[in-house]
Amino acid sequence: MAQTKTKRKAGGSADAFEEYGVSPELARDLLREMLLYRRFEEKAEEAYAIGKIGGFCHLHIGQEGVAAGSIKPLRPEDYVISAYREHTQALAKGVKPRSVMAELYGRATGASGGKGGSMHIFDRDVRFMGGHGIVGAQVPLATGLAWKIKYREEDGVVVCFMGDAAVNQGAFHESLNMAAIWELPAIYVVENNHYGMGTAFRRVSLIDMVEKSSPYGISASSVNGQDVLATYAHFRDLAAVVRGGGGPRFVDVQTYRFRGHSMSDPVSGTYRPKHEVDRKTHEEDPIVLLRDRLFDGGHLDQAELEALDTEAREAAQEAADFADQSPPPGPDALYANVWAEINPHGRLNFDGRGVSPWR
Amino acid sequence: MAVMTYREALNAALREEMERDPDVFLMGEEVAEYDGAYKVSKGLLAQFGPRRVVDSPISELGFTGLCVGASMAGLRPVVEFMTFNFAFLAIDQVINSAAKMLYMSNGQFPMPIVFRGPTGAALQLSAQHSIACETYYLHSPGVKVVTPATPADAKGLLKASIRDNDPVAFMEGELLYNFKGEVPEDEDFIIPLGLADLKREGSDVSIITHGKMAYVALQAAAKLEKEGIGADVLDLRTLRPLDVDAILASVRKTNRAVYVEEGWSHVGVGAQIVAIIQEEAFDDLDAPVLRVTQADVPMPYAKNLETMAKPSADRVVEACNRVLYRGAR
Repeated sequence: MAQTKTKRKAGGSADAFEEYGVSPELARDLLREMLLYRRFEEKAEEAYAIGKIGGFCHLHIGQEGVAAGSIKPLRPEDYVISAYREHTQALAKGVKPRSVMAELYGRATGASGGKGGSMHIFDRDVRFMGGHGIVGAQVPLATGLAWKIKYREEDGVVVCFMGDAAVNQGAFHESLNMAAIWELPAIYVVENNHYGMGTAFRRVSLIDMVEKSSPYGISASSVNGQDVLATYAHFRDLAAVVRGGGGPRFVDVQTYRFRGHSMSDPVSGTYRPKHEVDRKTHEEDPIVLLRDRLFDGGHLDQAELEALDTEAREAAQEAADFADQSPPPGPDALYANVWAEINPHGRLNFDGRGVSPWR
Repeated sequence: MAVMTYREALNAALREEMERDPDVFLMGEEVAEYDGAYKVSKGLLAQFGPRRVVDSPISELGFTGLCVGASMAGLRPVVEFMTFNFAFLAIDQVINSAAKMLYMSNGQFPMPIVFRGPTGAALQLSAQHSIACETYYLHSPGVKVVTPATPADAKGLLKASIRDNDPVAFMEGELLYNFKGEVPEDEDFIIPLGLADLKREGSDVSIITHGKMAYVALQAAAKLEKEGIGADVLDLRTLRPLDVDAILASVRKTNRAVYVEEGWSHVGVGAQIVAIIQEEAFDDLDAPVLRVTQADVPMPYAKNLETMAKPSADRVVEACNRVLYRGAR
């Protein structure tokens, strides 16, 4: 990784900055971001291993280029919504690392007050709309966010992430159809790591990913998510088109998951061979690819890289320390926010425990 | 007061709330150009245009989820299901998204949204169009459930539901749409959620019910009166929030109760009502609480079988006689 010297990869040319219209300064910012995501997830991995984080925990390691490249070109008023592998997407949209980590730890200071957990990170202030645990269920929600933008004649766009498996859900197809007929400002993004849990995409679809939106008349494109510059440029241009009233778009972002489906799963196994994981990890690490480009162009040296990495490690550590020192939700939180409207009449809660504020 | 049908009362509620709040919009199958499968939305497209009265594709999961997302972003959608029987395709978005969003986001996203349409049986629509769906929604915290029986209740409760900041499953009755009744015309006529209505008073037995079974209960009460038995008919009107005080007050007066519902008995609405009564008014009871429900079978098509399957006034009378220890057992 960052401190390891690896062989320079093809495509790591200095011209990439010009080709994609991404300045070296911006590229360094993207590197800083991706380093934060990597170190954050490694910290989460470590915390999970010692029992500080419970439940399901789906890490984004290997897919950092997708989060940075597709979210960083957006504006603050744009919406991002995702599935359950969403920690780093939340970070990219502006949720504070300590807020995400405290949520993973189940603490009151977490983004969702410790009541959502890894799969349900929400932050209204930065328009990060979750964190949804049912495969594909966020796709109609995203369509509704886009509906609101159009209804109120606003200028925003919605970026909706999903895994490759989600495109086989009815919710996906129904949503794309509606987005198309109503010309909604949504970008549907398949974070295509080629495996829905342990099922290879080619086993569950006869057609290619980029063909999935064609029945609905939605233009599709594909981009290499391990190449953050290409991804950034792609989404920068796409957001401008959609923001300008161009209607919805579908993007197949090619990526790879370097870890298991969740923390409970092995990295490789019966569904994908170790050599494949090793090859991808060594040859298609989005951080290494960008680092080498910056090195090659003379925009970064080893000392600067180490400084960036130290900064990322410290931010992840600070987030973990904050989470560790934060209190769990108080007992009052158990019944809080089940209802937004406490009607003056009638009973809303039926467990008979007598501790509910609604009797 | 004006005399209007249940359908017209719902239409008036929608119209008034859409006039009052530009964030309220209606989406569903056939709601716009067709004027509504049951004409509840008649004239709304002409008044409000296609931005706010929206014909959806037949994609229950999709348009329900779209409206849940719109609610999350601050709009106040009204989703029309042609019948709640079709909403089984959409219930993931009601239970897993709408009902939990506020809680799992720690209060960041209130979800003002109404899911409305007919529930229960009409006439010979058979197994897949006749389910009383209340209990599926009642089971989940985070969703309110409203079941108006009369035109006035339909108007006042729909307006309250649209103004409520939580998801509301608003369950109508296909056979009720043509029922007429007096309805206040005041634009601020609201019936707060959580208030039952004592539709008839008596001191011998409590017939507790909701939705269109209120009429079956009233028929049974009229029959019982001829036999010298006075029955309370308590229409719960909303099932969550639930007017437990009204249930307990009636039971404490009569000491005997029968629950009438259109749905199936097993883990049905009545099961919960019986549980509450025995937990909180056990000492006031002079007899077990009985339930009159649909037969525990899918709804058959043949007219004679359908009649047998549905709750009837005669079955309610029989149940009341049993809790009164009168006549044949």
